Amino acid sequence: MMERKLKIISNIMATAVLAMFLWWAQTNLGAYHTQILNLIAVNIILALSLNLIYGFTGMFSLGHAGFMAIGAYTCSILIMTPAQKEMLFILQKAYPWVQEAGAPFVVAVVAGGLIAALVGLVVGAPLLRLGDDYLGIATLGFAEIIRVLANNIPRITNGALGFKGIPGYANIWWNFGWCLFALYFIVRIVNSNFGNTLMAIRDDEPAAKAMGINIFRYKLLSFTIGSFFAGIGGALLASLVSTIDPKMFLFTLTFNVLMIVVCGGLGSLTGSVLASIAITILLEWLRFVENPIFIGDFELKGIPGMRMVVFSLALLFIILFRREGLMGMREFRWEWLLGLFRKRGEVK
Amino acid sequence: MKPEVILETRKLTMRFGGLTAVDDFNAKIYKGSIVGLIGPNGAGKTTCFNMISGFYAPSDGRVLFKGADITGTPPHEVCRAGVARTFQNIRLFGNGTVLQNVMVGCHVRQKTSWWQTVLYLPSNLKEEKAIAEKSRGLLKVFGLEHLAGEKAKSLPYGAQRRLEIARALATEPQFLLLDEPAAGMNPQETNELMGFIRDIREQFKLTILLIEHDMKVVMGVCEHMWVLDYGETIAEGPPESIKANPKVIEAYLGEEAIADA
Ligand SMILES: Nc1ncnc2c1ncn2[C@@H]1O[C@H](COP(=O)(O)OP(=O)(O)O)[C@@H](O)[C@H]1O
Ligand SMILES: [Mg+2]
Repeated sequence: MMERKLKIISNIMATAVLAMFLWWAQTNLGAYHTQILNLIAVNIILALSLNLIYGFTGMFSLGHAGFMAIGAYTCSILIMTPAQKEMLFILQKAYPWVQEAGAPFVVAVVAGGLIAALVGLVVGAPLLRLGDDYLGIATLGFAEIIRVLANNIPRITNGALGFKGIPGYANIWWNFGWCLFALYFIVRIVNSNFGNTLMAIRDDEPAAKAMGINIFRYKLLSFTIGSFFAGIGGALLASLVSTIDPKMFLFTLTFNVLMIVVCGGLGSLTGSVLASIAITILLEWLRFVENPIFIGDFELKGIPGMRMVVFSLALLFIILFRREGLMGMREFRWEWLLGLFRKRGEVK
Repeated sequence: MKPEVILETRKLTMRFGGLTAVDDFNAKIYKGSIVGLIGPNGAGKTTCFNMISGFYAPSDGRVLFKGADITGTPPHEVCRAGVARTFQNIRLFGNGTVLQNVMVGCHVRQKTSWWQTVLYLPSNLKEEKAIAEKSRGLLKVFGLEHLAGEKAKSLPYGAQRRLEIARALATEPQFLLLDEPAAGMNPQETNELMGFIRDIREQFKLTILLIEHDMKVVMGVCEHMWVLDYGETIAEGPPESIKANPKVIEAYLGEEAIADA
């Protein structure tokens, strides 16, 4: 076992290296590549939170898009100026409290997370009593209800028109700051004895009950924490892309996150981080299959949505041939890295 | 001084639709004893355990633990009250390590909570460390300390059985329910296990109720036993009187006839 101090120092150094990289990226990368970096950070937050719910606690939830929408709308309403809102709500005026609401960016993001968590708590209470397959369907239904609601309460959400010109406060520092916070939070939980009990619930519910664990309470807690970070991710995403509307929160959004979590490995946070990086980059790179491709004089028309087809096939292959994902349930550990160096040393 | 009754069942009955799995089961179990619940397959033994440990709400009757009525209390609260159990078909947390399995057992007595973990509070760090140490100590008692880092599902069968008992003891019970702990073991392993069960009773100051399907196995270790057949208590008493009871012999003969056929 490695000393805790050494681990803390290693983590601080890794954070410093990341900060240096971000600083370099900020001055040297163009808007497009910076945007990809930002998306990576947000996807890591989303993947970690879904992995906590599904990979570590074993609750097959498909409601992520719903919690993201709640975070996104809450944050947007809080950071847009009253003047902006006046211009946006053209068909129906916003409620006065929506019109007047305003908060600094950090408060707006936290509010997005907290309201998502609150909704998670309220819908989780009845839904988490359902068995696994039913939970998937019910949470899917929940996300769809949120979307329909967003369409039909125009005095809060501006209906199908959504919001445009959301201030782009979510720069690289905010996104990676939140990303590190989520990573710290969820790593602490998963590595604690509380994390062990979540794993116990996932592996064998009756045995967990017999060990004195109030499984309903713990499932609800895990679900609420996951919802919180889904809300945070949604809030950052809104500021990052500057435009949101109900169509953005279709099931495909949940599917993207699910794909990252499954590819990285259910029950591996390291896997979620690596898969977030890889898949965000690949999804951007794969845009070329949606553009027209010329083979000699022959033109292949680009098909919109083609990259999702490619990715769904990839997911299918992973489920067929490497079900445990990239990392299985293994995690990155400093000891492990140190072990590699030590072995080299011995050879010499 | 009369010994103290730690667990008592009164007219405990469980009906599944038309089937009465357990009918009018009455038992008084004295503190510090090792007692047995035996009977052929399907006699209703596991159902009794499930009612005592809160997994089933009995159709009728009461369960009293240390004088308090615990009938219909959910399993996690029964465990907190001091009753731990194992399962007939081993139920471990397969993807967790051996150490993590035992640590989960310690959780019910843990004082610090998850948010203290997130805040990195010293009180929590200290308790988590103590829990890991206590769990290692338990593994040592069970001869499993060298396997602490292995995945639970990768253990050989006998070690899994022992781990399940170690995990149950981590909840600091006063009363331990063991459901066919010797299932799948050869006679020598079974003998060792029974000796071991006696040892842990001393060491952890337990009262133990043991289910066993094979009557011979528990004759040596139990001080008192109940015999179930088709849900009915057909005999009760010390091992010698059970051995000689014609009803018991008949129930088991019937079973052997089925096994031989
Ligand atoms: N949950 C249940 N639903 C319906 N029948 C059950 C249930 N649990 C047990 N039984 C029935 O009750 C009877 C006793 O089972 P059990 O207690 O497991 O027997 P034993 O442990 O003595 O072998 C069996 O006939 C079994 O099929
Ligand atoms: Mg049984």
